[in-house]
Amino acid sequence: MGAGQGAELVFVQVAKRFGAQSVLSGIDLTVKRGEFIAIIGRSGCGKSTLLRLAAGLEEPTSGIIQLDGEPLQGINTKARVMFQDARLLPWRRVIDNVGLGLKGNWREQAAKALEQVGLAERANEWPSVLSGGQRQRVALARALISQPQVLLLDEPLGALDALTRIDMQRLIERLWQEQHFTALLVTHDVDEAVMLADRVVLIENGTCAFDWPVRLPRPRQRGDAAFADLVEAILRRILGPESERGAIAASSFGEKRRAL
Amino acid sequence: MKSSRWTEWTWGKAVPWVLPVALLVAWQTAVETGWLSSRVLPAPTAVMAAAWHLGSSGELWQHLSISFGRAVAGFAIGGSIGFLLGLVNGVFRPAERLLDTSIQMIRNIPHLAMIPLVILWFGIGEEAKVFLVALGVLFPIYVNTWHGIRNVDAGLLEMGRVYGLGPWALFWRIWLPGALPAILVGVRYALGIMWLTLIVAETIAADRGIGYLAMNAREFMQTDVVVFSILLYALFGKLADSIARFLESRLLRWNVNYQHRP
Repeated sequence: MGAGQGAELVFVQVAKRFGAQSVLSGIDLTVKRGEFIAIIGRSGCGKSTLLRLAAGLEEPTSGIIQLDGEPLQGINTKARVMFQDARLLPWRRVIDNVGLGLKGNWREQAAKALEQVGLAERANEWPSVLSGGQRQRVALARALISQPQVLLLDEPLGALDALTRIDMQRLIERLWQEQHFTALLVTHDVDEAVMLADRVVLIENGTCAFDWPVRLPRPRQRGDAAFADLVEAILRRILGPESERGAIAASSFGEKRRAL
Repeated sequence: MKSSRWTEWTWGKAVPWVLPVALLVAWQTAVETGWLSSRVLPAPTAVMAAAWHLGSSGELWQHLSISFGRAVAGFAIGGSIGFLLGLVNGVFRPAERLLDTSIQMIRNIPHLAMIPLVILWFGIGEEAKVFLVALGVLFPIYVNTWHGIRNVDAGLLEMGRVYGLGPWALFWRIWLPGALPAILVGVRYALGIMWLTLIVAETIAADRGIGYLAMNAREFMQTDVVVFSILLYALFGKLADSIARFLESRLLRWNVNYQHRP
């Protein structure tokens, strides 16, 4: 517990290929202790693979990942992962899900963790009766109960509705500020990246193509002009040099029309 | 008819029993009027009398406990083997490659076709029945356990590994509960096969047990005892099914598909 608990995560020339297909080719990235980094990129750019590498769920084809200076081998025990789906065990009650893998007298701790995410009164329910947002909050409590040094977030809010999403973003930011873990968030939502991260990293063609520091004071406001400008700049960079402001507006308008 | 809700309730409870009761009454009347010979089918009252007679002489309980013992022993042996094989083959691919083809070949032999061989091996003693029952229940449990294990959500297993669960904890927390719904389907199916096998085995070759009771009664033209024996099997079958249902509703409380079951 306490300040400065996060671990430093360094990727050195990390490459990953699946068979003949190269997903990541030479990632160099340093995540400082307690830093919050958002990774963005088009779908299929390998951002989730990067996260799985950091979790130790995949091994890099070449290059090394260092955790506090030590090369990472096997499952990253200092890290916890929040997946896109909550992945709660349906046959264990909420509180037992939060205490998964803990030994000794963890119930009190688990109750506290549930309280932090505002679900104290749901402790004895089955996960199946919770809403999507509540399930992710349970997953967050489960991730944070063991005081991890690194929290890896794999589009955990992707499937939530807009309002629940904003709630969750605030919650994650608050808990990050309280617990000082190092956070790596993979997202396709530029808004979300700018909302939460100290740095936004763009992955393109298997490498870290661009890196935006976000110097806006927290808590950040979406209506803020500087916020909107940064989101705009990032979007323009992702969508390519030919896309001007009008093109973006037109494409999002087109999407809306299709949705209608 | 105090309130319509009450009549609705009794009606709902009574409806399933209307047909059986009507049949019983028709059956009794048919025998009493001589339209149906009691050689063909004894009256329900005669069956009840036979039951009473067998029960009070103590003969019934002896046969019952013998049959019950065979069923339980065979189920325990075959069920454990099937469960373990399903588990091992579900979790370890190399084991599946080695064993599954052989298991599938044996599975496709109707186990009752083994009766002549089994009698040659074991005579008509206890081993023969227990062996046949074990062989019968092994495969439904094997197939369903394997299937259940194979269908455990890979995402949950991955999550378990990231959250530091060792192999043992992974098994108890994720593999087993994940496979349990399928395993219980296998158990339920196996219970049916267990009775079927026992009936056949006891009817063909036995010197004790419910099947023997029925076959013995046939020789003395005691139709009432024969019918009663058949009813006993029906009762036992229903009991086994109720136990399986109870297990499902207890062990699968978390599963929405098993909640609020009447």
